[in-house]
Amino acid sequence: MIVRLRQPKREIEVDGHRTVNQLLDQLDMNRESFLVIRNGTLVPGDARLDAEDTVEIRPVISGG
Amino acid sequence: MNHSKCRVCGEPAIIDLPRHNANFCAEHLLQLCRRQVEKAISDHDMLAPDDRILVAVSGGKDSLAVWDILIELGYRADGVYIGLGIGEYSDVSGGYTKAFADERGLTLHTIDLRGEYGYDVPTAAKVTKRVPCSACGLSKRHLFDKAALDGGYDVVVTGHNLDDEAAVLFGNALRWDIEYLARQHPVLPARPGFPKKVKPLMRLTEREMAAWCIVRGIDYQVEECPMALGNKHLAYKSALNAIERESPGSKSAFYLNFVEKMSPLLAGLNQAAAGQLNECSACGSPTTGETCAFCRLQDRVGGHDPVPVEFVLNKKARRAYLAAQAAGE
Repeated sequence: MIVRLRQPKREIEVDGHRTVNQLLDQLDMNRESFLVIRNGTLVPGDARLDAEDTVEIRPVISGG
Repeated sequence: MNHSKCRVCGEPAIIDLPRHNANFCAEHLLQLCRRQVEKAISDHDMLAPDDRILVAVSGGKDSLAVWDILIELGYRADGVYIGLGIGEYSDVSGGYTKAFADERGLTLHTIDLRGEYGYDVPTAAKVTKRVPCSACGLSKRHLFDKAALDGGYDVVVTGHNLDDEAAVLFGNALRWDIEYLARQHPVLPARPGFPKKVKPLMRLTEREMAAWCIVRGIDYQVEECPMALGNKHLAYKSALNAIERESPGSKSAFYLNFVEKMSPLLAGLNQAAAGQLNECSACGSPTTGETCAFCRLQDRVGGHDPVPVEFVLNKKARRAYLAAQAAGE
């Protein structure tokens, strides 16, 4: 699957399928600090992401 | 395919909220957020139904979300945005704010720091040799207060959320800074020269506010302010989220129990609120000295040649900033 990341903006490819939480764990991202969006819709931690999906991992923490 | 179901209706969930030990669909996530805002407003007498409200908006998720929620709940709320002159970041933030207001037919006041006061945040940071967030916060507080008083508003609303407040509390508690701890409250009552200020998002996390914006289709500035990269506030948030992950609910218990149980014990220890204030000799704002901190800052940095953002970042922040520029953000 294609995973779009922010800060800075970039794309990575991840092989195979896994849940949202497994993807965040693999990328060492704390679930409290991110949301995952697939096709413009939020998906919960146990949602299964497939190999052909494109997802955005959006950080939610701001420092202002 | 999603396995989790909304706790309220049983439909497929779009978000898991471990602190509530529950999952929610879009409709019931919005309901939860509205109810938390209503509870904060009611518990702390934040707003009256006929108040004229001024929302301090930045173009980020929290301030746009709180403006959206207040309008949905039937309040009369205008917005005020300050162009801080932080390069492209400010241009983009201002664009999101204006688009939000225009699409909904809301009134937005705009203040341009350089155009009206002769400086911007990067220049202030460079000249004063202090962290950028210091000059930024000082400028925003002064100008939001002034905009509210000049415009005849009853109350200023800010988008500070549970994570913001918990991080500030964490920093104050690490130093046992009694003065700051005594001042940290979701409502600051009006005093001569100061408007009432309230934080209706005090019961909602950043994750919930970002989710509100995504579900409601609100475009906002997702990127972090380049001046804030690597600041202590972010480090405290990261530490609290590490705890939250191990023990869901810790963050809200830390902050909300402070407000309920500790704040009353600290009442009366806020020297700044109790002390005698003078009128600033330049602008008339309340101050403990002869001239207020904002006018002193403006005196010192006003008219200075603009300093580009990257000149005031530390090494790590500069690398991140330049990488973001290269990525076309």
